[in-house]
Amino acid sequence: MKKALTAAFNWTILAGSTAIVCLFLGIILFDIFSKGLPSVSWDFITKFPTDGMTQGGILPAVIGTLWLTLITTLFSVPFGVACAVYLNEYAPPNALTGIIRASIRNLAGIPSIIYGLFGLALFVQGMGLGTSVLAAGLTLGLLSLPYIITTTEEALKQIPNSMREAALALGATQFETIRDVVITRALPGILTGVILTLSRAAGETAPILFTGVAFYINRPTSSLNQEFMALPYHLYMLSTQHQSIMEVRPLAYGTAVVLIGLVFILNLIAFYIRYRHRVR
Amino acid sequence: MKESKLSAHDLNMWFGKKQVLKGIDIDFAERQVTSLVGPSGCGKSTLLRAFNRMHDLSSDARVEGTLKLDERDLYDRASSVTETRKRIGMVFQKPNPLPKSIYDNLAYALKLHKFPKEEIPVMIQSALEESFIWDEVKDELDKPAVKLSGGQQQRLCIARTVVLRPEVILMDEPCSALDPISTGKIEELIVKLKENYTIVIVTHNMQQAQRISDKVAFMYLGEVIEYGTTDAIFNNPKNELTQNYISGYFG
Repeated sequence: MKKALTAAFNWTILAGSTAIVCLFLGIILFDIFSKGLPSVSWDFITKFPTDGMTQGGILPAVIGTLWLTLITTLFSVPFGVACAVYLNEYAPPNALTGIIRASIRNLAGIPSIIYGLFGLALFVQGMGLGTSVLAAGLTLGLLSLPYIITTTEEALKQIPNSMREAALALGATQFETIRDVVITRALPGILTGVILTLSRAAGETAPILFTGVAFYINRPTSSLNQEFMALPYHLYMLSTQHQSIMEVRPLAYGTAVVLIGLVFILNLIAFYIRYRHRVR
Repeated sequence: MKESKLSAHDLNMWFGKKQVLKGIDIDFAERQVTSLVGPSGCGKSTLLRAFNRMHDLSSDARVEGTLKLDERDLYDRASSVTETRKRIGMVFQKPNPLPKSIYDNLAYALKLHKFPKEEIPVMIQSALEESFIWDEVKDELDKPAVKLSGGQQQRLCIARTVVLRPEVILMDEPCSALDPISTGKIEELIVKLKENYTIVIVTHNMQQAQRISDKVAFMYLGEVIEYGTTDAIFNNPKNELTQNYISGYFG
């Protein structure tokens, strides 16, 4: 009897915690979607803002965010994956490797505003890129690197040594083994990590604040040295910096819906890749 | 006495500070099956893996001594590891097909060594036939290899080794993860393969060692205690340790 009571109690605690978390998530999503969905339309996504941003759409912010994510991807994925492969497959298991790995994990915990300041110092001023979509993309890339390295390394660790031995025993070089067997098998895990990291980077505001995001530009981003608009900053600006905040509130909610939608799509893709992999 | 194909002379090996092989002198005759037996941790797998240099990637492993395939010094700087592994194939304890189709598991091995494209299908078929698995898979060569049963996977792994036409095949307890019927098929296969290949096999199964091998080496604590014909080791062991081990007093 006592056992049954304890079990019921434990269940209530665990299920209750889960329910509370889901409740908050539900409230947030309901609030954003109920207030934001009415302003979202095809025009909203494909038109420029008009009348001092009280009317019209958010096209430049959408394009800016896509540009930004593309640059972040091109910078962080090759370096991140290569670094993880080195750490997991080549690096000798000594103190230095341990220190490098610990440093990378710690980088993941650094507040994103610090990356913003670092990007301002290194890319904008140090390398003279100016406030631009390139400088901001590289900054977001730096922010993403530790996550990509860590998730990729986890994916590589999942590959049993027997797979590596299978290829090596056939006379594959270590590089061939990694390229043909290890990476191929770890690819779903690597892609999942990459996509989740990018979806997080796409929603970051602080790192792009100092490095190139603009309040308003009247033409979409078309070159790397241009300033740009981005969804998260647009949302921040509409909610706190605009001269008639109440009037643009529906637009702010609409922007939030688009941003959540974008992140959600990216997560769905990651989910699908994992699902496909499990089926096979 | 046939001529020696594969040999180790004064072989010592360490993992970190621990010496795992001590002064091993052994040679394996061509086209014969030699079994390495001994209690767990005696160094039989370690010795086996020294021949195709599978210890190269463990940073704390140190190998001293001379290992030779014919006259080729396997640890000489001039010997390429990949060439060595092509000539000395290996079958592992757990079947480890690559996450590719049945056909591509063998094709991959051939592509690594740049065999001409037009020869590949023929080589694959004959390797699968030689490994007694062709009839079971000939209609589904595109099927993922991992979908095969454990015994089929192990025969596929043997075919993948055989397809490269190695001179020596090392087998590390190839039947320990298999059921008795699959084990029987593999033993039959090993005896058949002996016609063309020199085989060194690690096994825990004394009956198996007796059934398939021409010679048996008994190892204990990193040393070869006794090495002789299967008949001599099982029916007339000279060393007391060998005697105790084969009659099941310890292990």
